[in-house]
Parts: sequence; structure tokens; C-alpha cells
Amino acid sequence: MEKLIDILDLSVPEINGLIEKAGDIMAHPDKYREKCRYKKMATLFFEPSTRTRLSFESAMYDLGGQVLGFSDAQSSSVSKGESVSDTVRTASIYSDIIVMRHPKEGAPLVASYKSEAPVINAGDGGHNHPTQTLTDLFTIQSEKGRLDNLTVGFCGDLKFGRTVHSLISALSRYRGVKFVLISPDELKLPSYIKDGVLVKNNLEFTETKDLESVMESLDVLYMTRVQRERFFNEEDYLRLKDSYILTPDKLKTAKSDMIILHPLPRVNEIHVSIDDDPRACYFKQVRNGKYIRMALILKMLGID
Amino acid sequence: MNIDSIKNGIVIDHIKAGQAMKLYSLLELDRLECPVAIIKNAQSKKMGKKDIIKIDTRMEVDLDIIGYVDPDITVNVIEDGKLVEKKHLQLPEMLRDVIKCKNPRCITSTENGIPHVFKLCDAGKKLYRCLYCETKAPDEN
Ligand SMILES: [Zn+2]
Repeated sequence: MEKLIDILDLSVPEINGLIEKAGDIMAHPDKYREKCRYKKMATLFFEPSTRTRLSFESAMYDLGGQVLGFSDAQSSSVSKGESVSDTVRTASIYSDIIVMRHPKEGAPLVASYKSEAPVINAGDGGHNHPTQTLTDLFTIQSEKGRLDNLTVGFCGDLKFGRTVHSLISALSRYRGVKFVLISPDELKLPSYIKDGVLVKNNLEFTETKDLESVMESLDVLYMTRVQRERFFNEEDYLRLKDSYILTPDKLKTAKSDMIILHPLPRVNEIHVSIDDDPRACYFKQVRNGKYIRMALILKMLGID
Repeated sequence: MNIDSIKNGIVIDHIKAGQAMKLYSLLELDRLECPVAIIKNAQSKKMGKKDIIKIDTRMEVDLDIIGYVDPDITVNVIEDGKLVEKKHLQLPEMLRDVIKCKNPRCITSTENGIPHVFKLCDAGKKLYRCLYCETKAPDEN
């Protein structure tokens, strides 16, 4: 595989294969410890993202591989004005696989045209972040045992939340998934996802402003942050923000086996007292993220 | 040049009235040395008013650009004063360096030397999106 730019670059069987592989790696890590011996991964982070970079680097180390690269544009030749194309072409001469994060949308796609090594998009601005979506899917599969026939609630900022858009697109390919979209009017799902994915594929979905009214129906609750800067005025923000903060009180009617996901970092949208609730899976997501990235690296390098 | 009849060249007909200049600039006809006639607001039974462009030389025009502007435009190839071919147009799947992405967060806004590419996403709505950032093509019509 030469590139992973958008989650939809992967077919459903390919995603299922990665999930299966990640589960096997988790269960038998010793089997995989030498799989990437003598292989090098370049992490080209044109903007800092410690969380994502550590996950990729740790994945590569656990496969016995090595890592080189930079963690922000200041420390690289980019600060001297070098293009993405040239940086990537150079880096791909030294490495077997490229992981790239960039503030500009589409930069990893440009990189993939110039790279001699396969390219993984580790986030391009507010556009795509396919390995986050793989992490979300892997976590749902591990916790619920399936990706079909689920009622999935998305809560908070559905307008700008790229992880929400990708996960909806990915889940739309599984049977019997019902979508519950919970947000203030200001932050509703954009029409190109609503019409382009949900309506177009005849999927069942509901929109509401009220999290508590739909809580009991959910198998999965995907929380996102409602950011102050998304609102025109402070009053609207203050009026709305509490409705989208998850507290133990709001969880009262939730199913006992519902799972709570969050792409992290969290600010205050999930109260810390929920962290010890067995339904809270956002820290499990972090662990899962490493294993699904290990499976992806193996796939992209063509290693079994 | 006799505007009514050209000997060897191309007649771009059934252009929606007012769009001839847009097509002229997208096709970069200003670079041609040969005579080029733009006829505006010509009578048309079908369209009421229409524009026509006549180019008095044998050349290839970019049918993707014309198809993007309007797939109902007709392109007639004239040889020895006779109509030898009517080219049929369609909305192109890809537009390369025809329009520019206006999203300031798009990689095309900073990276030099990469083509601006748009992909046809919905032919019914004539919707194009940037290959890199998926932003909708600027609506010019
Ligand atoms: Zn763009």
C-alpha cells in the first residue's frame, strides 16, 4: 500500500483485517518484536503533536524498527522555506515509511506523489486524520464486539470536528448503524456529511440539542470539545457549554454497557469523576491507537 | 477574416450569452496569433441569445475546459470551408490548472509547483472539489 490519506482509502475488509491484526499484536506482542528490524520510519511533523507522534514512534519501536525525523517545522529545513515536496523526497531516500503531520490540508497527498516510501497522513489541518479513526473503530470493535448494528451518538462540535466526520464516513459502510447527532445549532454536522454520507446512503439518523434525552438509546457515545472560539459571542458559549459536558448525573440513564469515546486531548467536556467508570474508554483508545498503528505499519511495509 | 465563413478552424457555438469572454480567457485564446472572432448576443432559435467564438486556424482546444464551462456548447471543426466534425462534450472528471483553490488552509496556497486539481464529485450538481483539501470549486457561473 503506497499511501493512507483518508480513512476511505481503506476498504471495509482492509479495515477489518487491520483490526484483527491489531488484536493479534496485542495478544501476542512477542511475535512482532522483530518484524520491522532494519526498517526506518521518518516522522515528519511540520506542526507539533506529541500525542500522535509518540504513538507512531512507540508503535515502530515495538516492531523492532527505528525512527528518525523532526517534531516541529522550526527544527527542520522547512523553516528555511523548503517545500513539502522536496522535504519528503529527501526523507524518503533515508526511510522505508513516512508519517507526516502538516497544518495545511492536502499536504500528505502532495507528499505521497513525491515520496519513494509509503506515506501515512498523521493529520492535515482540520481535514483528515485516518489513524485516529482506525483507533476509534478498533476500540468500538474491541469493546462492543462489532461495528454493525450499533446506535452511535456524536456529541459537541459536529461542525468542525474532523474526527467526527471521518468516523461517520467509516461507520456508514457497516450495516444497521444508527447515528444520533447531538449539538447546538451553531455546531451541527455540515451538509456535505449529512447529505453526502447519511442521506445519500439512506442511513438512519436523528439530530437533537439534548444529550440527556437520547442517552438511554446509545451503545457508543463519542464526545468532542465545544471550543469557545467557535462561537460568535461569549453569552452563547456560556449558555451552551454545560449542556455538552458529560457528568455522572447525565450518565444515569445510559446503558450499563455503553462506551464513552473521546479523541483526546480533553479539556473539561468529560468530568474527571467519570474516568473510573467502566464505560469510559478514552484512555483505552490511547493504548489501542498504538496497536492499530503497528498493524498499519506492517500492512504498508508489506510485512505479514 | 470573413466572420461568416472560416476556411480552416474551429467554431465554438451555443455558448450561453455572456460567457464568451470567460471561455476566451480560460482557453487562453489571447495567446493566438491568428484571427479570433467573438460574436456576442447572436440570435438563436434554441437559446434566444448566444455567443460564438470563431478561431481561424487548425488547432486543438481543451475540450475539458469547454465542457466544464458548459457541456451543451458545440465545437465544430471546419476544414476547407466544410464542417468535418462536431465534438461532443461532457463534464470532465478532472480539471487540471483551470481553476484555483481559494481555501487559505489548502496546501496549494503555499506549495509552489503543484497543479491545482479539481475532481468531479456530483455531475448532476456540477460539483467539483479540490483534490487536496476537498473544498468546493469556486462558483463562477
Ligand atoms: Zn484545496
